[in-house]
This record gives sequence, C-alpha cells and structure tokens, in this order.
Amino acid sequence: MLTVLSAVAILVVLALIFGAILGYANVRFHVEGDPIVDQIDALLPQTQCGQCGHPGCRPYAEAISNGDAINKCPPGGQATVQALADLLDVEAIPLDGGEAEEPKKKVAVIREDECIGCTKCIQACPVDAILGAAKQMHTVIADECTGCDLCVEPCPVSCIDMVEVGVTTRTWSWEKPNGVATQSLDIIATDRQTEVNA
Amino acid sequence: MSAATVYNFHGGIHPPENKAQSLRLPLGHPKLPEELILPLGQHIGQASRPLVAVGDKVLKGQTIAINNGFLSSFLHAPTSGTVKVIEERPIAHPSGLADVCIVITPDGADEWQELEPLRDWQKVSKTDLLAFLAEKGIVGMGGAGFPTQVKLQGAQKHNLSHLIINAAECEPYITADDMLMREKSLELILGIEIVQHLANAQQVMIGIEDNKPTAIAALEKVIRERQSNIQLVVVPTKYPSGGEKQLIKLLTDQEVPTGKLPADIGILCQNVGTCVAIYEAVQFGRPLISRFTTLTGDGFGAPQNVEVLLGTPVSHLLSYADANLSQVERIVMGGPMMGFTLDSLSAPIVKTSNCILAATRKELPLPEPEQACIRCGMCEQACPASLLPQQLLWFAKSQEHEKAEHYNLFDCIECGACSYVCPSSIPLVQYYRHTKAAIRDAREAAVKSDIAKQRFEARKARQEAEAAEKEAKRLERQKAAAAKPAAKKAAPTKVTEAPAASSAPVDEETKKLKVDLAIAKAKLKKLDKALQEAQERQAVEEISALQLQVDGATADIKEMEAKLPATAPVAKPKDAAPKVALSDEAKKAKVDVALASTKLKKIEKQLADDPDNAELRDKQSALQQELATAEARFAKLQPEQASSEAKPAAAKPVLSDDHKKAKVDVALASTKLKKVEKQLGEDPDNAELKAKQAEFQAALATAQAELAKFEAHAPVTAKPEAKATAPADDEALRKLKIDTAIAKAALKKAEKALAHAQEIGADNVDTLSQQVDEARGRAEALEQALTKGEVPPPAAAPKAEVNQLAEQIKQQKIAAALAKAQVNKLKKQLAQQPEAEDLQQQLSVAEAKQQEEEAKLEQLTNSQENR
Repeated sequence: MLTVLSAVAILVVLALIFGAILGYANVRFHVEGDPIVDQIDALLPQTQCGQCGHPGCRPYAEAISNGDAINKCPPGGQATVQALADLLDVEAIPLDGGEAEEPKKKVAVIREDECIGCTKCIQACPVDAILGAAKQMHTVIADECTGCDLCVEPCPVSCIDMVEVGVTTRTWSWEKPNGVATQSLDIIATDRQTEVNA
Repeated sequence: MSAATVYNFHGGIHPPENKAQSLRLPLGHPKLPEELILPLGQHIGQASRPLVAVGDKVLKGQTIAINNGFLSSFLHAPTSGTVKVIEERPIAHPSGLADVCIVITPDGADEWQELEPLRDWQKVSKTDLLAFLAEKGIVGMGGAGFPTQVKLQGAQKHNLSHLIINAAECEPYITADDMLMREKSLELILGIEIVQHLANAQQVMIGIEDNKPTAIAALEKVIRERQSNIQLVVVPTKYPSGGEKQLIKLLTDQEVPTGKLPADIGILCQNVGTCVAIYEAVQFGRPLISRFTTLTGDGFGAPQNVEVLLGTPVSHLLSYADANLSQVERIVMGGPMMGFTLDSLSAPIVKTSNCILAATRKELPLPEPEQACIRCGMCEQACPASLLPQQLLWFAKSQEHEKAEHYNLFDCIECGACSYVCPSSIPLVQYYRHTKAAIRDAREAAVKSDIAKQRFEARKARQEAEAAEKEAKRLERQKAAAAKPAAKKAAPTKVTEAPAASSAPVDEETKKLKVDLAIAKAKLKKLDKALQEAQERQAVEEISALQLQVDGATADIKEMEAKLPATAPVAKPKDAAPKVALSDEAKKAKVDVALASTKLKKIEKQLADDPDNAELRDKQSALQQELATAEARFAKLQPEQASSEAKPAAAKPVLSDDHKKAKVDVALASTKLKKVEKQLGEDPDNAELKAKQAEFQAALATAQAELAKFEAHAPVTAKPEAKATAPADDEALRKLKIDTAIAKAALKKAEKALAHAQEIGADNVDTLSQQVDEARGRAEALEQALTKGEVPPPAAAPKAEVNQLAEQIKQQKIAAALAKAQVNKLKKQLAQQPEAEDLQQQLSVAEAKQQEEEAKLEQLTNSQENR
C-alpha cells in the first residue's frame, strides 16, 4: 500500500514539476503573431502588385495560411511557388496563368517630357517610388521600384513604360554548368569510332 | 636576419609552372596605342564619376574620374591626348559585357601634368597620406582591385602583428611580380616602408615562392643595404600559396576565420605591385597609370613582361608581342587557373590585369565533358580552404543554397584546384561561382523586398493616419453641429436619412431624447406645481401664463415621446405608436416655436452678459410671450391632430383664435368672480364688493355668451352634418346648467343676506330684496333656457336656425342682465346718496331699458317655444 501511495505521490510531484516547466516555457518562449504567415510573407517578392487579388503581399500570405492557392504570384514565378510548396509541405503546382518562363525584372520608367503631372501614378505606387507634385514632372526612383505595373494603367497619357532591367557587369553572374551529358560522351576507348587528334 | 619558420596549408596543387617563357626577354615598353580605353569600374565598389567631357584635352596623370562614394577610386589619364568619347565598350570581364569607358586619343606628346609628390610623408598625418593615395587612384593590384586606402584605413583600427607583402605569384605563366621585383626592388622596399608607416605592424614579411631566385636575391640585397628589418620569407612553390589566406597560414600559421578579414586577426596583406605604386605616388606624385603585365603563352612569338599603360587594348599588346592569332585557341586574361577568356580583343588592360595568356589548343585544351562524380575525394585533398568540394557540388546542383552556405561555400577562393584534380572533369568552380551568385542575388532580393515591404507599410500607416485624422475631424464637426440647438430638429431627419447607419449613433440619439424627455417631464411637474400654487393664490395673470407654459411643455413631451419610439423601435417596441404626421399648420407652429425659442435664448445669452440692460429685458419678456403663444398654438394643434387620428369620426373643429380668447376671458372672469365672492364671504356687508361681484358676474356672462357663440358657430362651420352639432350643443347645455346653478346659488345667497338684514333691521333691506328679486329672475331665466336647451328637437327644422334663435335669446338675456346690473348699480348708488337727482334719472332710464330688454327676451323665448 505504501509503495502504491509513494508511487502516486512521486508521479504527482513529477507532473507538477513538468507542468511548471511547461508553463514557464510557454511564457518564456511565447511566440507573437502567426509565424507561418511571417514565413510565407518572407518568401513572397514584396512587389505589393496585387496580381494575386490581395491588397499586398502580406494579405496574400495570410490567405495562403488560410488555404488559398500558392500559385498566384506571377512576380515570384515558379521559384516562389516551389519555395512555398516546400515550406507548406504541399505539392508544387504550375503558376496560375501558365507563364512558363521566369519573370524578368522590370522597372517603371516615365517618359518625362510627356508627363503632365497628374499625380495619379504617385497615388498608385504601393512603395512610394514615384516622385513629383501636381503639375510637375514625375519620375521613378528605379532602385525602389518593384516593377509591379500598378502605375502604368492609371497614367492618362500612357507615358510609363515597364523597362526590363538589363544585366550589367555588376549584376552578371556565372551560368550554371550544363551538368553531365545524357548521351554518350565518347570518352571510353570502346566508344570511340575515330581517333581525334587533340 | 633569422630564418623565419614556414608553415603549411592544407591542399594545394603543383601544376606546370610555365614561368620561364616570359622571363627570357627584358621588360618591354609598348608604344602608345591608337586609343586608350579606360573603364570607370576598374576596382571593387562603385564606378568612378567622370570629370572630363568629350573633346577635353587631358595631360598625362590628370584626374579624369573621381571616386563615387567610399568604396571607389580615382582614375587618371595614362597619357596626354583628347577625350574621344565616353561610351560603353567591351571590357575585360568574364561576362564579355560592355561598360562605360572614357576613350582617350593620345597626342603622342606624352606630356605630364605638374606632379605634386608627398616627400614628407613621414610628417603628414596618416589620414592625409591615405587621402593622397586615394587621389592617386591606387588599388590592390593582386587581383580584386580593392581600393588601397580603404584597406589601410580598415587595418589602422586594429593592432597589427604582421604586415605581409604578397610576392608569391603562385599562378602558372605569370611573372609580372617577379619582373617588378627584379626591376624595382628598391622602390618596392621603399613602398613597403611607407605602408609599414601607415600600418605600424610589429613584423613585416615578404612572402615569396622559391621559384623566383633572381627576385629573392635582388630583394635580399636591397634589404641588406638598407638594413631594413623586413623579413624575406621564401615559401615552397605550391598553388595557391599566393592566396591571401593561404599566405597568412604559411607565414604565421594563423587562419582567417570565416567571414572575417585578415585585419581582424592583426594581419595586413599588400601586393608588391601596390607597394611600388604607393612609392611612386608618394615620391614622384605619379598616379597609377601603368602596370607590369605578362604577355605569355604559345600564341606569342615574343612572350615577355611589359610595363603597359592602363587602357591599352589587348589587341595592341598581341601585335606588340608578335602573337600568332591563327594558332591561338583562346586569349585569357589572368592565369590559366583563375583567369577568364576574353570575348573581345579590344578589351583594355585595367589596374588588375596581370597577364595576357594567348594559349594554343594544345596548351590550354577545351575542358573535357563533365562526367558523373566518382567520389574519389581528390578535390577534398586539393582544396586549400579545407572545404568539402564534393558536398558543395551536390548542394550546388540541387540548389540547396542554405546547406551550401552551411558548408562554408563562401570560404571558397575559387582557385580551381578542385577542378584541376577532378578525374571526371567536373567544372566544380563554375558550380560554386554560380551558386555564390545565386545566393548573393537572393540576399539582394531579400534586402530589396524588405525595403519594399517597409516602404509599403510606411505608406499604409501614413494613409491610415490620414484617414483617421479626417474621421476625427468629421466627428468633431458632427459633435459641434449636434451641440447647436437646431440639431434638435436635425436629429430625426438625420436618422431618417441614414437608417442603415450603425446602431451606436442611433442609441446615442435615443439616449439623448430620453434625457430630454425626462427633463421636460420634470419641467412639466414643476410647472404644474406652480400652476396649482398660483390657483391657490388666485394670481390671474400668472395662471394664464403658467397654463400656456404647461401646455407647451406637454406638447414638447408628446413630441419627444413620438420621436423616441421612432428612433429606438427595438428598445421600446411598446411605445412604437405610429408618429402622427404633422399637418402644415402644426409644422408652422413648430417652426414658430423653434424660432421664438432660439431668439429667446440669444437674448438670454446677451442678457447674461449685460444683466442691467432694460431694453434686452423688455425684449426677453416679449419673446417669452411670443414663445408661449407659439407653443400654446402648437400644443393645441398637436393633441387635436392626435385625437383626430384616434377617432376620425368625431373630428373636432379647429378652434379659432377668437374662440380661444373667449375661453380665456371666461376663465379670467370666473376667477375674478370667485375671488370677489370669497372676499364677500368674509365680509358680507361690503357693498362695494357686492357691486364688484355683480359686475364680474356680468362680465362672466358676457364672456360665456361670447364663448357659446363661438362654440355654436364652430360645429356649423366645421361640420355641416346635423349630428355633429350634438357635442357642441351638449357643451352649451352644460354651461347653461352651470350658469343656472351659479344663479341659483347667488339667489340663495341674496335671500340669506336679505333675511339677515331683515332680522337686524338694516336699512339696506330694500336693496337686498331687489337683489334677491334680480337673482331670482336671472335664475328663472337660466332655468328656462336650460329647459329649452334640454329638449333638443330631434327632427325639427334645420338646426342652424334653432341655434340662431337660441343665440339671439342668449344675447337678449345678456342684454337684459346687463341692464339689470346697471339698474342695480344705480339703485345702490342711489341708496347711498338718496338726494342725487341725476342718479334717479339714470336709474329710471336704466329701469326702462331693463324692462325693454326683458320684453324682447320674452318675445324671443316665446318664438322659440312656438316652434
């Protein structure tokens, strides 16, 4: 009887100790907000273009965490879809709209002599990347432009072009090697039909 | 000089050196090319900003571009000439891309601009010396082109143990540094002294590979001559001992931790070429406009080292050193291990170009096709950075960037040793370069997206703040509007305008109304109490005024009660009676009320400011009256409407103003009469009071008659229907009854007084008996009228005629009563003054009149009876 009682007592004491530890950990390591939304948001390209149908990247991240499709981000391209699929442990699906090629980075450029200074593009820009005042010429801060397209449509004189950002010597990077060829490489002696004078 | 200990570093390879070819000939000095092409970005960091315009004449050594930010450099004209153009030209870059270059056409004079050396460099401050070096455009000439002043500035923050001069030149084929050390050994040592002055390291070492005996000998000689404490450390030839980290390991056995700089462990490295450039800049004021470059490879007929002006096109050097382009497989800038193939032969020599390798196919064959990794592990053996190239390859291939970073991909110095040893000919370095670039891009994109996010959120916050401010302003305005008295009227319209508005404002509205209602009710109670008191005191004027106020308050309460359920139908469903639509007249009355109250408030406010102003006071009272009138009218209209809604069959006639006045008169007269009667009760013998009583009675009768007239009229005009007159008749009848009762009471009183007088034998017995007679007559007359009225002819002649007759009778009665009263009065006066003749005459006249009137009355009564 005593052994049973002591066993129960020990278990109760242990339960209390672990409960206290868990309770402390819950307070000490408390996570603010919804971490999955933050993680999804971090993968999105933050162009704030609204092409997904949500007003900005974070709302789309929240929508994804609530079960929205992961393939609605054209600026992110298939890479973003893949990254989201990895994060959420779901199957990667083709980008909505079937755009096969990777998105090219673009920036908005205002043809400045045609600008009438209506400020409509300034209001449309989600990242305040357009400078100007009423009846003054506007211009785009190319470094801040996310290439979201949102300023093109409101322009009453259609003086905004989306210009592809070319590769410069500073943005250039080495190409990935082709990898191991699939067909015969004619390296092994028995593969060789004719001797090549190297 | 003690022999320094030489340590070892992991890995490394021993490719064929091929250094002898380019050392057979002495240092060459190519002629001026047709044009010099000077890229603005010859170094790591921001490209320089051009200072010259197209067509400008420049002198040799003139600054043509200045630094553009911290990590940037100056650029100088290598010779005198004209700026031909500033445009994009193909440059020496693995991508083969073009970049902005200043193109100078030499004039052949090679005319120096006036040079300003800094000979007293030991006396000037280090900051000034560094700035001077920056202005001379000196960058690291070993490979990367890191601006020297930035490197030295960074190193000055640390306590340096070693200054290492990199003279290893480990890459095959290249002998430019070897040649430089042979040619300019003194300059090199002097340059090292300047760097040491800036770095102030405990120990200065020159690391040199043992395959340069001539250079070693030359340097030893100079060091010995100058009795310098510079240590010349000869290291075994092994690729890549010239790598900064590898050389540090060789000389000090220290490893630079991942992600750190050599300065972090107290070591500064400088290339020999840089040291010579520093010396020439300080000693002669010469900017960096030329460098030693090796022209080598089987493609050159005369491989050699040359001192070449920056901007010289590669093609010019090829022709200078007799290159056989038909044999050349490819032109490589840099060595065979780390160099890159040039796409364009017009690419110029820049500050970091140490070698042009014109290789034949045999010398530098095309890479073998890549095969599968056989996991031999030779790459790991060769790696000088102690990495795991095989693992990195997997991660690079599967684009597992995080894992690649975890395996210290960024410690790879891209020396190419792993690729060199790989039996499967896997271009490992290219994989790593690509992966590094991809990771850098991803980092940049992350930074950019972070900035975009910040900007987006800042914008959102700004917009929200703006909206909140607007909303707050709007609410403030609304509040201000609600505080105005006119809002009382506006409130219900607002509610009807926005029925879908949120419940909160409605609730507020309802609450406000409720409060108002409670206040109004309290006010009404107070007024009622005041009215009662006034009635007790019999203050006539006060009563009428108070009555009007009470009516007004009641009307207000009714209005509010009607409003309240309309605004809060959910809260008080029981009270949800349909609101009576106000008739036009009622509306007008309401408007009048509102106007009057507004005016009154204004005046009151003014009065509060100026309490002694009599004019204002007058105005106030006038307005108060006006308000009372308006309210009374409105109150009257309101309940009427309500009752007319309630029982539409018995529509009440609208009371005219005159009618109302008549009523008020009646009330006044009756009150006065009561007062007198009361006084009379206290002092029954007072003749004056009695006379007054009679007078008031007469006045009352007149007023009543007037009222009766109106009331008789009203139903006729309002409702031609015969039946509708019934209630009006009833009222008249009731009045008549009351009058009769009063008359009877008066009679009784008079009789009593007479009896009393007879008992005491007073001399006014006669008068009293007359009065009794009068009262009896009056009572009888009234009784007659009553009996007549009580028998309404059900199917008689048109009611209107009857009414007319009755009215005539009534008028006649009144006339008779008046006459009687006058007679009475005269008689009384006569009793007091029995001798007055004129009074007697008057009395007789009055008596005659009375008789006449009574006769008329009898006539009328008879005619009515005959009907």
